[in-house]
Amino acid sequence: MSHSGLVESRTFCLPVKNIDTDQIIPGQFLTTTEREGLGKFCFYSWRYDEKGNDRSDNPLKAHDAANEQVLVAGSNFGCGSSREHAPWALLDFGFKAVISSQFADIFRSNSLKNGLLPVEVEDHVAQFLLDHPGHPVRIDIRSSTLSVEDLGEFEFPLDPFSAYCLTRGIDQLDFLLENDAEISRFEQA
Amino acid sequence: MSESSQPSTTLFEKVWQRHLVRNETAETPAILYIDLQLLHEVTSPQAFDELKRRGLKVRRPDRCLATIDHSTPTTPPDAGGVYHYHTPQAQAQVDMLHTNCAEQGIELHGWDSPHRGIVHVMGPEMGATQPGMTIVCGDSHTATHGAFGALAFGIGTTEVGHVLATQCLLQARPKTLGIRIEGKLQSGVTAKDVILHVIGQVGVGGGTGSVIEYFGSTIRSMDMESRMTVCNMSIECGARAGMIAPDEITFNYLRGRPLAPRGEDWAAAVEDWKTLKTDPGASYDRLVEIDATNIEPSVTWGTNPGMVIAINDAIPAGNDDASRDALDYMQFKGGTGLAGQPVDVVFIGSCTNSRMRDLREAAALMKNRKVAENTRVLIVPGSEATRKEAEAEGLNRIFVAAGAEWREPGCSMCLAMNGDSAEPGDLVVSTSNRNFKGRQGRGVRTILASPLTAAASAITGRVTNPLDLMEAGE
Ligand code: SF4
Repeated sequence: MSHSGLVESRTFCLPVKNIDTDQIIPGQFLTTTEREGLGKFCFYSWRYDEKGNDRSDNPLKAHDAANEQVLVAGSNFGCGSSREHAPWALLDFGFKAVISSQFADIFRSNSLKNGLLPVEVEDHVAQFLLDHPGHPVRIDIRSSTLSVEDLGEFEFPLDPFSAYCLTRGIDQLDFLLENDAEISRFEQA
Repeated sequence: MSESSQPSTTLFEKVWQRHLVRNETAETPAILYIDLQLLHEVTSPQAFDELKRRGLKVRRPDRCLATIDHSTPTTPPDAGGVYHYHTPQAQAQVDMLHTNCAEQGIELHGWDSPHRGIVHVMGPEMGATQPGMTIVCGDSHTATHGAFGALAFGIGTTEVGHVLATQCLLQARPKTLGIRIEGKLQSGVTAKDVILHVIGQVGVGGGTGSVIEYFGSTIRSMDMESRMTVCNMSIECGARAGMIAPDEITFNYLRGRPLAPRGEDWAAAVEDWKTLKTDPGASYDRLVEIDATNIEPSVTWGTNPGMVIAINDAIPAGNDDASRDALDYMQFKGGTGLAGQPVDVVFIGSCTNSRMRDLREAAALMKNRKVAENTRVLIVPGSEATRKEAEAEGLNRIFVAAGAEWREPGCSMCLAMNGDSAEPGDLVVSTSNRNFKGRQGRGVRTILASPLTAAASAITGRVTNPLDLMEAGE
């Protein structure tokens, strides 16, 4: 999954803590055997009612996919299941990065493997962004920094290997396969 | 380095160290060898596809074990032996797993297998889960297997592909969180109440980045099924894995199981397994102490597993956005009692609580009693083996006589993707592990509880402290 290394966009805010993977994509849509096209199920129960009609209180109604590619959400984003359908759905819906003060482990790992950037920031940065919906931000993978207009520049945790793979389009499976001899040695020991 | 000069290490570090193909460096994560990958129909199709796309084979089909559980119906087959799936896609997903496993030579326990079951129930029952192993599955409740002293955790589908192709994973070393639980449990209090209480204390994100080790006298005195219930819910406080050091209780459980070591291999394995424990003097990155003596039957009142109270306590007033939102969804009022709320559905099942101990506890409470008139009760054993054992003991007859439905094994209403779901607005008392909004069906309100509390609530049709019925009858 190749990535230009830079995301410049306005934010879209969901000021909710502990957004779990069942909210991001409900279990009923997991019978798919594909990874594509899951955007239509993203936050499904928040967008549609029981009959599949638009909900009037849909918090994503105002989302402008072309200009708001960065989701800002409350802490512990992506908690719950290991379904990789969650980052697949968010990407297909139009998000390239998510900013939160805490990410669930498996969600973070799944996201990085698909080019969706989990940007973990201190509480005050997250709060500022949640207080200013639509704010312009700039995320640079190479320096793992988030620039927030009027607030400053912040480093976010990104392991060097993921950054390297993301920006060079290097696939982690290829890296593992290159270690085949060592894996065989381990198996024989 | 000789054994004696090794620094003190934790159980986690011992298992981690044994599986390092390559240690981590400043630039690259560790390469960790995986002893066993468990597979099911939902999180594997895209991984097998990826292998096909690259022209790769599964490296070690002998280290894979597959089952069908999530999308499968829990209603019996029709007279012609045909199972009726909820949707054609559900059936297609199961068919695809059959094709993939056949092509790659992977052992799959389908409809005709006496072992088929929820992946985290089947693995231990078959003896595939063993101390000191690394075990992964595309499922966050893989932590269940940590009850045997294995390092077991959930992974995403891309990583399922990595393990299929290389039997390895790239991993950053997690932190360790020790949870010491001491003291004797009160009557009516089970492993489920203990872990709900722990999650309430640690918080839903409190274990993030960590592997938990549970220890202390409460854990030592638990049987394997209870220990699995505890480890199962580690992910609900954000931890990827939960572990318990193996002991005689572990070895006795495993002895003679189909995939456990036999003969001389058994003795050698046990000798090795005995070394898998945290050394005196070793420390955790963080330690939490829990007094188990005052834990009461516990239930969730909100929309995540950390929103927990003792069953007779009042629902918290809810002065923050998250609590207000949860109360609004659950249609509860802060400050009022949860006990006594009318219950529409009771679900006893899931990889948290669908084993023999759980079913026996529920049956003991429901024996010679009737399910409340307006309450639907589903009891779903975790596996074929459990189903047969329960039927041999006559537990199914107790359930059916009480007016409950006795189903075929599977995940069922735990995530309600197979068609077993409740109606919008229903209040469900469930022995599963997640009470997220809509998890058990659109608009469904879930209360997580122990099998005892679920059974008591089934009888009265209201959220009920099991002690109320146990003191009267048992
Ligand atoms: S029973 Fe529930 S939690 Fe367990 S594996 Fe099945 S769906 Fe997942």
